[in-house]
Amino acid sequence: MTASPPPASPLRAKRVLPGFGLTMGVTLTYVGVIVLLPVVALVLKGAEIGPARFFAILSAPRTLAALQLTLLAAFMATVFNAAYGLLMAWVLVRYDFPGKRILDALMDIPFALPTAVAGLALSALFAGNGWYGALLEPMGFKVVFTIWGVAVAMSFTSIPFVVRAVQPVLEDLDPQYEQAAITLGAHPFTVFRRVIFPAILPAYMVGITLSFARSLGEFGAVVFIAGNLPMKTEIASLLAVIRLEEYDYNGAAAIAMTLLVIALLLLAVSNLAQARALRYKGKTA
Amino acid sequence: MTMSIAHLTRRFGATEVLRGIDLAVDKGELVALLGPSGSGKTTLLKIIAGLDWPDAGALTVDGEDWLAKRAQDRRIGFVFQHYALFPHMKVRDNIAFGLTVLPKAERPAPKQIAARVGELLHFLQIAPLGDRYPAELSGGQRQRVALGRALAVDPRILLLDEPFGALDAQVRRDLRRWLRGVHDAAGTTTIFVTHDQEEAFELADRVVVMGAGRIEQIGRPDEIYDHPATPFVARFLGLTVELPVTLRAGRAEAPGLDPSALPRRAMADGPATLFLRPTEITPVPDTTGPWRVAEAVSTGALLRLGLEGPADCRIEVEVPRRAGRGLTEGQTVRLRPEAGQIFPRQSNSDGASAPAAKPLSSVKESSL
Repeated sequence: MTASPPPASPLRAKRVLPGFGLTMGVTLTYVGVIVLLPVVALVLKGAEIGPARFFAILSAPRTLAALQLTLLAAFMATVFNAAYGLLMAWVLVRYDFPGKRILDALMDIPFALPTAVAGLALSALFAGNGWYGALLEPMGFKVVFTIWGVAVAMSFTSIPFVVRAVQPVLEDLDPQYEQAAITLGAHPFTVFRRVIFPAILPAYMVGITLSFARSLGEFGAVVFIAGNLPMKTEIASLLAVIRLEEYDYNGAAAIAMTLLVIALLLLAVSNLAQARALRYKGKTA
Repeated sequence: MTMSIAHLTRRFGATEVLRGIDLAVDKGELVALLGPSGSGKTTLLKIIAGLDWPDAGALTVDGEDWLAKRAQDRRIGFVFQHYALFPHMKVRDNIAFGLTVLPKAERPAPKQIAARVGELLHFLQIAPLGDRYPAELSGGQRQRVALGRALAVDPRILLLDEPFGALDAQVRRDLRRWLRGVHDAAGTTTIFVTHDQEEAFELADRVVVMGAGRIEQIGRPDEIYDHPATPFVARFLGLTVELPVTLRAGRAEAPGLDPSALPRRAMADGPATLFLRPTEITPVPDTTGPWRVAEAVSTGALLRLGLEGPADCRIEVEVPRRAGRGLTEGQTVRLRPEAGQIFPRQSNSDGASAPAAKPLSSVKESSL
């Protein structure tokens, strides 16, 4: 066998859309400067501290309390958002009613509203003399200056993530799947559990993850309602700010690093879970 | 099971989709609902399935009122045009679905379900595919899985919506024969919807031709092919050449027409329209014939002739190319139809005095 394969065509295939080099370059530069560099700087700053000092900062009671509060409140907020967001998306997609478009638009308010405004409004409502607070406090349920307040604020600012992630997938779901399930004898709840829910699950998980990540980092809305009592209602981001104001750069960096790692871990787990949920789409014959 | 449908009507807004359907289907029958798109055949199928509801009429199966039953409780098998296999379930789980959603008291044990699924996979000749996802299957394989899923619950009636519509021609022919075999072996009653007359005629025991929300004709395939009952059916079955004729003593008369091959009809004298298939007309060269070959195009096996005749009539006929050697452009001919269908001309409808051989698109629903 001496015949070599013919040389590849010297003509490079032309791209249909021009400007790939330019747009890609700008995009990468932007990502580098705005997203990656700060993260890298943070990691480097954290690395300077050294492991022993790092753990000393983290295991300080005040830091631990702040991290614990942040995680727990974010978890509570996410559980609520997961349930309510799914319901909201369902109502917005599946039913027609007057004012549906207004309700749909309302869902974006938490995104559009400055978080400080949200925090102010929430603390006014839940304060002992506010509309909600006046009802709840006589029943012995205090929201402001407690973990509940923190969770309420987190939930408010991150609810649209779940709704907006699930809504388009639910809209695109082919009604034939449900009809098929019905003709096979499945009753409404079974149809939801076995046919609809698995279809929206990947998007739902994205929404939940984003909602949790946003709750972890929520600052503006929380500080108004939490009371910010050290060891009790002080969230991790606020503690990082306090450390910075005390010129304790290492302390601030260590807390920030911890939040970063939790967020990244979450993202990774969510992506893995999604890949698993979508494995049926992978190998296409 | 025997099904009977009476005076079924359905409208979507102002559009009447079904305008009074009466139909009876016997146990073990394989029935085709044949019609062009928009004829209401899929709506009828969905009403039988319980996925749509009529505005009026009755649907009974073995004496039970099915309109009072939800789709879940009708125990039917429905195969969707695009199969609607659950994408997140393996083939095995798709087929088992109908069994696994049965109420606890009726649900077979997991072992029995697995055995039933294995049996069906084998029966449908897709045994090696049990652990694949639908996205990993070809169209024909998906079709088989969809049928397996529908058959798993042992349906009282099997309903198929354009079962071969999304497949390529070769697979379509193979699956057609296979489906007939499955129907016979499973012993179900089957109704399928199609717009392809070849498919309907090859597969079905009885064909129901639908047009614009009405049943135009019900009969065995040959019966319908040979004796279309209405102008609509005639046109739909390819009798696209329409000649204005005059009936005299049961025989069609028109200038240049040799009706000797057509049987006499017991019909009143008067104006009528003769419907013919382009392939069932022989142009006979005749120097005094009123028809003239205006155009002759060869398609290889066939010679397609455009003929111009009296009163601005223009028709198209097809003859085997070798038989048509003498038929060059400018030649005058007589027409000798081998078979055809005659309908009295409607005073207010199409074909009255219009030139014959109108394109199909201009076909209006006559008031038959």
